Amino acid sequence: MESCNCIEPQWPPDDLLMKYQYISDFFIALAYFSIPLELIYFVKKSAVFPYRWVLVQFGAFIVLCGATHLINLWTFTVHSRTVASVMTTAKVLTAAVSCITALMLVHIIPDLLSVKTRELFLKNKAAELDREMGLIRTQEETGRHVRMLTHEIRSTLDRHTILKTTLVELGRTLALEECALWMPTRTGLELQLSYTLRQQNPVGYTVPIHHPVINQVFSSNRAVKISPNCPVARLRPAGKYMPGEVVAVRVPLLHLSNFHINDWPELSTKRYALMVLMLPSDSARQWHVHELELVEVVADQVAVALSHAAILEESMRARDLLMEQNVALDLARREAETAIRARNDFLAVMNHEMRTPMHAIIALSSLLQETELTPEQRLMVETVLKSSNLLATLINDVLDLSRLEDGSLQLDLGTFNLYAVFREVLKLIKPIASVKKLHVSLNLAPDLPEYAVGDEKRLMQTILNIVGNAVKFSKEGSISITAFVAKLDTLRDSKAPEFLPVLSDNHFYLRVQVKDSGSGINPLDIPKLFTKFAQNQSTGTRNSGGSGLGLAICKRFVNLMEGHIWIESEGLGKGCTAILIVKLGMPERVNESKLPYMPKMPTNHGQTAFPGLKVLVMDENGVSRMVTKELLLHLGCDVTMVGSSDECLRLVSHEHKVVFMDICVPGIDSYGITIRIHEKFTKRHERPLLVALTGNTDKVTKENCMRAGMDGLILKPVSLDKMRSVLTDLLEHRVFFEAI
Amino acid sequence: MEVGQMQRRLVDYTKSLFMEGFLDAQFLQLQQLQDESNPDFVVEVVSLFFDDSEKLLNDLTMALDQPNVDFKKVDAHVHQLKGSSSSIGAQRVKNACIAFRSFCEEQNIDATLRCLQQVKQEYYLVKNKLETMLRLEQQIVAAGGSIPMIELGF
Repeated sequence: MESCNCIEPQWPPDDLLMKYQYISDFFIALAYFSIPLELIYFVKKSAVFPYRWVLVQFGAFIVLCGATHLINLWTFTVHSRTVASVMTTAKVLTAAVSCITALMLVHIIPDLLSVKTRELFLKNKAAELDREMGLIRTQEETGRHVRMLTHEIRSTLDRHTILKTTLVELGRTLALEECALWMPTRTGLELQLSYTLRQQNPVGYTVPIHHPVINQVFSSNRAVKISPNCPVARLRPAGKYMPGEVVAVRVPLLHLSNFHINDWPELSTKRYALMVLMLPSDSARQWHVHELELVEVVADQVAVALSHAAILEESMRARDLLMEQNVALDLARREAETAIRARNDFLAVMNHEMRTPMHAIIALSSLLQETELTPEQRLMVETVLKSSNLLATLINDVLDLSRLEDGSLQLDLGTFNLYAVFREVLKLIKPIASVKKLHVSLNLAPDLPEYAVGDEKRLMQTILNIVGNAVKFSKEGSISITAFVAKLDTLRDSKAPEFLPVLSDNHFYLRVQVKDSGSGINPLDIPKLFTKFAQNQSTGTRNSGGSGLGLAICKRFVNLMEGHIWIESEGLGKGCTAILIVKLGMPERVNESKLPYMPKMPTNHGQTAFPGLKVLVMDENGVSRMVTKELLLHLGCDVTMVGSSDECLRLVSHEHKVVFMDICVPGIDSYGITIRIHEKFTKRHERPLLVALTGNTDKVTKENCMRAGMDGLILKPVSLDKMRSVLTDLLEHRVFFEAI
Repeated sequence: MEVGQMQRRLVDYTKSLFMEGFLDAQFLQLQQLQDESNPDFVVEVVSLFFDDSEKLLNDLTMALDQPNVDFKKVDAHVHQLKGSSSSIGAQRVKNACIAFRSFCEEQNIDATLRCLQQVKQEYYLVKNKLETMLRLEQQIVAAGGSIPMIELGF
């Protein structure tokens, strides 16, 4: 049959081929439709898929291809124009999409391929990191081991424990076969096996120290691998197996004397111990770097720990020694105290016991002198009296001296008339001097102050002693006493290196020179003069009697007065001069009212000033407070001002002798304060006197004051005179209520 | 004016103050307390008195201005003023204060206001006088003279 141009063929003649094509197209279409479904399904399942857009394109491409093949099925038979147009549309679309997809795939496929390479790269990196982490962990463990070891080593201060622990811990950490410590012997020529890990009690196995290997180890501070055949390494009995590697390290032994503050004595230590470590013999283990480092660190720590232990031993020894010394000192002190107490008791008893009979003897002898006596009897009585006087003086002197010696004597300081002292001495010495026909002259410098502060009695005693000596040792001639204020250059002339005068404002140095024309003294004997009981045994002095104590006591007194005393003489028969310098205080200026343009106020009976009297004044009114304060300051008082009752209670103390209170201020409960002050100071003599200042002139106020416990009442305004007399009365009678 | 003349004028002036009762013996006490260690004592005390008194007078004026007068407070102020004036020797001020206080006790408002006026008047008078006297003293000291003392016969 001829084929016509119409598009409606019947079943084509090649039936079988057509049928197969038909079926294949169908299945292709099916497959084409199912692939995107599968893709969509699985992609939906997966969380991450970066190429969604590609997928959509691909899907579209496949779907359209499928559609094309599907529509193809209809073209086998006679088909209409619509089918043809649909087919054409589908094919066009398919062509478009597939071209686009092809273009896209050009970009995407290299990416997808590179993912694979990146995966390989990451896997390699992960493997490397794993290796590194393994290393770090090993190091960390090593560090931990070191710390633990150090902690173990340093937790004890006992040498043996330290060393034993070191070996044990090292052995455990490094899994050693054997670990040993060789210590230098006392001679320093050999190393002795002192501690081992496995053998319980090592035999005293020694090795000479000057071995090349040992020297090599000692010369470096690193752990050194040594041969197992070295004498120090032959620690295990030779076995079948190859001995493991051996490492040796030096351990510096530091002495106490090697510790300097600033430098670590690396160079000065000469003694080392040797630590030998052996790996297990049947393993193929090698010494790793970090293990060697660990060994070095441990060796250093051991050195330090050993030195700490040594220091501790030293200090314990020193402390024990100190304790012993303390005990001994304590004992000595107690013994000394007992001795002093015994001596004081003895002196006290002797003082009294000796004085009583002496007193009786002297008194009765003098009484006897007054009665009728024959000349012989009189002579005898006089001798008795003289001797007993001397004995009494001796007793006094001994007592004084012993008190002076142990420093228990204190000067009685007071203000006294200096001129009167000299006059008194002169008066006392004149009778004896006139009997011996000696001329005594007194010369007081015009700049010598009339009053001075010092110990009057002892000063007089000293001057009297010196003058008395001058009189005693002069058979004829004259004695001159001069006194003046010493200036600095004369002070320095005192011929005594230890006398260092210090000039100050309220002190002056009194210089007294007593020159006699008597027997003089050999200059060689002068140093002995002031020592106790030493006396010149020259003929001229034998009869003069007297103990040898006088000058010694004078010297002690003068020393107490921060002065100096010495004697100058040009030789026997040339007289001598005794010079004494003492430090005296200037008397305080009395605080009178200094008014250059006012006539002198008629001074009241009683004190004119109350120097340093501490008073407290409580007054709220500023003006009257100022006036009262000035008043009291003028009288020399030490005034504390308060403006309120709280301040008053806070500041009042037992040092304040008087408290002036302004009581007519409303708002200040003065009576309350009085009561509180009474409570605060329970002892009467500690409590300050409470005086009320008031302008109220009624009797009620006065009664209230008395009832509240006040010691006084004064009416304002107060004049200077009134305050003065009030204070005088107050301090004398402890109460003063002004008549209202 | 030369020093001697100034001194005479000061003496006469001071004497008049005492005669007229502005100052009493307490002021002399103050002068006695002045010396080299405290050369400005009188001036200081007088200045303090002026300051205190001004304040007190202001307080008093305010207190009496209130619709409900607190007589206790007024009394307290007057008491202070009396204390200060008696400490310094301002006699007339002190007397005025005493009268003031008695009227305060009676709570007589009119009388207290009158008293306040009186006190103020007296205060200003004595202030004036004291200032004049102190100025004279300053002039004398500046001219190189010394302050003459006052001997009171009573």
